[in-house]
Amino acid sequence: MSSSNSGNVGIVIVSHSSKVAEGAADMVRQMVGDAVPLAWTGGDIDGGLGTNVAGILEAIEAAWSPAGVAILVDLGGAETNSEMAVEMLPEDRRTRVVVCNAPVVEGAVIAATESSGGSPLVAVKRSAEEFYA
Amino acid sequence: MSLDRGTKEKLVRALAGSVIAHADELTTLDQAIGDGDHGLNMKRGFEAVLATLPGLADKPLPEMLKTIGTTLVMKVGGASGPLVGTFFMELGKELGKALSEAPARAEFVAATDKAIAAVKARGRSDAGQKTLLDVLVPVQAVLAEGGDAAAIAAEASRAADRTIPMLAIRGRASFLGERSIGHMDPGSRSTALLINAAVATLVSEANT
Repeated sequence: MSSSNSGNVGIVIVSHSSKVAEGAADMVRQMVGDAVPLAWTGGDIDGGLGTNVAGILEAIEAAWSPAGVAILVDLGGAETNSEMAVEMLPEDRRTRVVVCNAPVVEGAVIAATESSGGSPLVAVKRSAEEFYA
Repeated sequence: MSLDRGTKEKLVRALAGSVIAHADELTTLDQAIGDGDHGLNMKRGFEAVLATLPGLADKPLPEMLKTIGTTLVMKVGGASGPLVGTFFMELGKELGKALSEAPARAEFVAATDKAIAAVKARGRSDAGQKTLLDVLVPVQAVLAEGGDAAAIAAEASRAADRTIPMLAIRGRASFLGERSIGHMDPGSRSTALLINAAVATLVSEANT
């Protein structure tokens, strides 16, 4: 898990596998350096494959930006747990976090690249989702 | 339905005990059409719920249900955490509006209806897609029609069985397409176990 101080949209990567999440984050960093707040989480609370709401909430906090946070997820449970985590955020933050309907690795890299140029949350989400549309 | 502290603790222990005792069976079901973690995930969640006893049973019923839901959301992992957790959280929230510790049947029917609607929204799903909703929806219908405890428990088991020939539309099992046919949905099985455990406890308590 990592982060950076920046006004750009934050990126959170959620995978069932911590290795996939960390690897995707490495690819994002290679592309955008420290220009984008970035955090990742993967695995269940016992360290097995899965996702967990507490980990996702921590990652959102770590990648928080006033411009908002875009979450990239892999499979169903990652999406459901991410949506649950968003709902558990304080109300003033809830509307500034979105779950993107995009492949986790490619989506994260594209979303971060869009964010690094200073684009707003809606554009970051759209660029991730349009890549494979 | 009078729910004193002792009954609430028995209810929690029965719910958790049932899932934990069947964890291997749930995992086997999930290995057939999913990622094989349903038993382990549900066991972890309900062990976390048990760890909040005895204090959990001191809470009023709505608060107790909300706490169970939140614990499941935070501890289960996988999609079943938010789905089952949302049911308990919403059920607690709705029963809280009834303002009585012993909700009347009509209040309970209305609350389960809202809780099921919340599960549908959380999973963007509905009955007929080989998910826990295929147990929740028909069991709630029997409850709403005035069915007794035996009818409710029987419908829960039958409803889980009816998921066997279904084609999965949501969740990991949907990746299998037609190969999902012929296996019971693990989430339906765990939901039926929870319903049967709750019914058995409440019947046994009512008879003492």
